[in-house]
Amino acid sequence: MLKLTNIHKTFNPGTINEKKALNGLDLVLEEGDFVAVIGGNGAGKSTMMNAVAGVWPVDEGTIEIDGIDVTSKPEHKRAAYLGRVFQDPMMGTAANMNIEENLALALRRGQARTLAWGIREKERGQYRELLRTLDLGLENRLTTKVGLLSGGQRQALTLLMATLKHPKILLLDEHTAALDPKTAAKVLEISEKIINENHLTAMMVTHNMKDAIAHGNRLIMMNDGQIILDVRGEEKKNLTVEELLHRFTKISGGELANDRMLLNR
Amino acid sequence: MADIIVGAIALGLLWGVFALGVHLTYRILDIADLTVEGTLTTGGAMAAVMLVNGVNPLLATFAAIGGGLVGGFITGVLHTKLKIPALLAGILTMTACYSINLRIMGKGNIPLPPAGSKKVRTIFTPLIDFFTKLADKHSTESSAWFWNIIKSSNFSALLVGLVFVIVVSIIMYWFFGTELGSAIRATGNNQKMVRAQGINTTVMIIICLMLSNALVSLSGALIAQYQAYADISMGIGAIVIGLASLIIGEVIVGTKTFKRNLIALPVGAVIYRIIIALVMKLGMEANDLKLFTAITVAICLSLPLIKNFFLKLFNKRRTTAPAGDNSDLNDDKEV
Ligand SMILES: Nc1ncnc2c1ncn2[C@@H]1O[C@H](COP(=O)(O)OP(=O)(O)O)[C@@H](O)[C@H]1O
Ligand SMILES: [Mg+2]
Repeated sequence: MLKLTNIHKTFNPGTINEKKALNGLDLVLEEGDFVAVIGGNGAGKSTMMNAVAGVWPVDEGTIEIDGIDVTSKPEHKRAAYLGRVFQDPMMGTAANMNIEENLALALRRGQARTLAWGIREKERGQYRELLRTLDLGLENRLTTKVGLLSGGQRQALTLLMATLKHPKILLLDEHTAALDPKTAAKVLEISEKIINENHLTAMMVTHNMKDAIAHGNRLIMMNDGQIILDVRGEEKKNLTVEELLHRFTKISGGELANDRMLLNR
Repeated sequence: MADIIVGAIALGLLWGVFALGVHLTYRILDIADLTVEGTLTTGGAMAAVMLVNGVNPLLATFAAIGGGLVGGFITGVLHTKLKIPALLAGILTMTACYSINLRIMGKGNIPLPPAGSKKVRTIFTPLIDFFTKLADKHSTESSAWFWNIIKSSNFSALLVGLVFVIVVSIIMYWFFGTELGSAIRATGNNQKMVRAQGINTTVMIIICLMLSNALVSLSGALIAQYQAYADISMGIGAIVIGLASLIIGEVIVGTKTFKRNLIALPVGAVIYRIIIALVMKLGMEANDLKLFTAITVAICLSLPLIKNFFLKLFNKRRTTAPAGDNSDLNDDKEV
């Protein structure tokens, strides 16, 4: 479903701020894979997600989505295949627009915007149904401005928007990191439910090792712009945080001390 | 005095079209677009030149819109494709417009009617003729004051301005309810999200700048016909006048719904003109007008801050926050 081949990305090349963020990254996702992505700060997790989404062009390598080479496609064209939820709850929605307007924008992902009316009446029923599944009481607030919602509500809404039009790949980049623990757990639960019910292919970056082990059928660990560990199936189910830490230390030469990953065991 | 007020309302409505244009960039795109200072003049210049050459006034007025479309397009490309900050992109186009406008006019000022000719037909002429006839028929000694107002060019301009403001508002209301309009509104909110929804933000920004400047040129064409000349400097300070109108309107009419917001703009523009007419009547010199407007806008722009300050003061005294639920999910954010 997703094939990254030898991806390189260097930020600010030729300056003192030069940073090799992706270093010959290779990754293949099968259809239906739900991959938890972990790795230390600056390992290149977000950069990998942005490379897939086409936020900027990569320096080298190819990106294929469902057999289509999208390497040179701009961000808004790739969006037809992708659903995205960002770390910052403010980034996924338009604050000055109301809930149904936001959903209507998402329902038309990948389509040309015409002079047809922005929301059709029958969509509203669909939106209400979907919002009800979130169990946050949003189903009766279609015309509430999104800017008035809490971070958790906005993130849950973003999740709906990202999956409203079945994406080929769902990209979740630390999408619960900015929420309080209880809200984060709820949003994570909603995410898992949506992914399972719709059989989505998904990548979820998290800095919480427990979450990474508990969710998805596959786990990859990144370091220095490369994937250094890739476990799946039974092997993944049997992982423990201790073992993960141990493996990381072995592979990367013990650079993990003090990292924020350690704080989240 | 009545004629001054009618004149102020008329001018306010014609500038109301301008304010609607400024709203498109300043509020919807969240960009302060200075292109308008150039394209307002372009609209006036194009209309004046066409009128002098005998083009039908309605046609001349609408053709002037083309100037704004081009100006907005150039600023849009400078900003999105060449990555020049919006403010600077606007200044560049505005500056370029100065030369273009001089080329269009051939000189710094075109009076309507031109020197040596007695009359030139404007978009207001048919109405003025109509009301003059009507007045001549019905006017009596006791009602002369009334008919004098009716047949004044100010009154006809008021009606024409009202029609344009209403038509433009209705079109805007419709447009921003469409898929395309929604995409543009979202672009002003959060470009990252809009791109994630598969929308080309570059195109959205360019379209919005073009539409905004189209309205500005239309307004310029109407204003030139109203004041009976196009002048190379008629756009100077226009953005400040637009912002003054916008803010006054928003404070008085409010911004709760888009409908209200649309009504607020011409209302603000009219009130601004009435204020100006009054302070002029009280003896302010025309030369001090721009200083007065700039100060007013500076005060108005800081109004939300001042309002918040007092609201906070008020709230602190009145309420003690209710013991909150623990989860962020169930509570609305404080606004
Ligand atoms: N847009 C950017 N410009 C410059 N440097 C960047 C940019 N995005 C990421 N980086 C750098 O690339 C490295 C990888 O960052 P990132 O992918 O965000 O890490 P993480 O794994 O924590 O998500 C970091 O050193 C970061 O500072
Ligand atoms: Mg990151």
